[in-house]
Amino acid sequence: MIGIVDYGVGNLASVRNAFDRAGYEAELCSRQEELGQYERLVLPGVGSFRSAMELLEQGGWVHALKTYAATKKPMLGICLGMQLMFDYGEEHGGAAGLGLIPGTVVHLEPAAPNKVPHVGWNSLNHAMRHSLLEGVKPVVDFYFVHSYHCVPKNPEHILATCDFGGEFVAAVVAGNVAGMQFHPEKSQPAGIRILENFAEWEPQC
Amino acid sequence: MLKKRVIPVLLLRDGRMAKGVQFGNYRDTGNPKTAVRIYSAQDADELVFLDIQASLQSRTALLEIIREAATECFMPLAAGGGIESIDDVRELLLAGADKVVVTTAAVTNPGLITAISERFGNQCVVAGIDYRCDADGAKVWIRCGTEATQLDPVEHARNLAALGAGEIFLNSIDHDGLMDGYDLDMAEKIASAVSVPVIVCGGAGNFMHLAELLKDTSASAAACASLFHFGDNNPIRARSYLRNLGIPMRVLK
Repeated sequence: MIGIVDYGVGNLASVRNAFDRAGYEAELCSRQEELGQYERLVLPGVGSFRSAMELLEQGGWVHALKTYAATKKPMLGICLGMQLMFDYGEEHGGAAGLGLIPGTVVHLEPAAPNKVPHVGWNSLNHAMRHSLLEGVKPVVDFYFVHSYHCVPKNPEHILATCDFGGEFVAAVVAGNVAGMQFHPEKSQPAGIRILENFAEWEPQC
Repeated sequence: MLKKRVIPVLLLRDGRMAKGVQFGNYRDTGNPKTAVRIYSAQDADELVFLDIQASLQSRTALLEIIREAATECFMPLAAGGGIESIDDVRELLLAGADKVVVTTAAVTNPGLITAISERFGNQCVVAGIDYRCDADGAKVWIRCGTEATQLDPVEHARNLAALGAGEIFLNSIDHDGLMDGYDLDMAEKIASAVSVPVIVCGGAGNFMHLAELLKDTSASAAACASLFHFGDNNPIRARSYLRNLGIPMRVLK
């Protein structure tokens, strides 16, 4: 069973529905003490880095998520969920993140005429061959909506980048922890394929 | 490279689709649930649902339509119509909307734009601007085009972006439903005045109109209702037409 971490942000049903469509069982998990029972975990998120971290702290999730990551079971952060996996985010005055992947989260500063937030469909430059991207051609577009982007300290963690008036990191993988800046659950068939890949992923670590 | 978007708009009244001309003379255009299924099969870039009735019954129907759309289609969904509070926003998000469109309250209670942005992020709030032009120039209108204000659309757009809107949804009442092309002049004025993406609506009658908007202005997205409601057009054909003209469009697989 795949657990979707429900720590009080918006619309998580779409992630669960997308796993349904992909043919994998997933459910929302709103009790941090039950995290351990899931074989895989998805950390979703919309909104601001700082307020999401406050929610994670208030709910006792920070320790639980770090403990889960240490079990080496697969974890996937989506959009803000990916950003929360890093050490630090500068949004709204800044806040410490979960520290699962070394690096920071900074504001997008694309060259003109690109506009922030980065909203809409954009494609990935695959930085490595990886089972998470299997069956996904580099020309295929995914749905992005964000104003900040992750800067991993270790370039080896970069799974894919994206061109948007310059290049930013669109997906990362560090051991059993992966993150995607785009929304696979909103990216129709290509996104469903990525969720399938995650559901089958056996991290080598 | 970020692609340009083509966005079908579903205007809703008591759970049915409606389409009018210049925000009046609405006629029934069918069952939105059927339309959602078709747009999903055609891989529309995203969908916008606007409830134009703003009654409790109509809102309830909107929520139900969003709920069903969210289980069936895996694309971004925006919803609006009569949003007055954070609770209204939360209700729509929980039903499955990814973002909300706020038009009248963006004039009567601009603080709501900031409140939504702080609570749910600026990507979640699309500020709507309905406008029409007369001898005195362009003015913003509210309450589904029934009430004029003295606001200048360009100034209003700048304010809304500064207040925290993540996108602007610009709708020309004069061009609505006429299918004679977008107001390219205003589209460019607004898109070049704000740093956030601008979705332009009102007037698309053929694919060339979409091309003019997406090629000749800095608008990020073309929204249309009549174009897809009346006639043999769909998002797949629109995309391939626009791609052939060199406009960057989404690749699905």
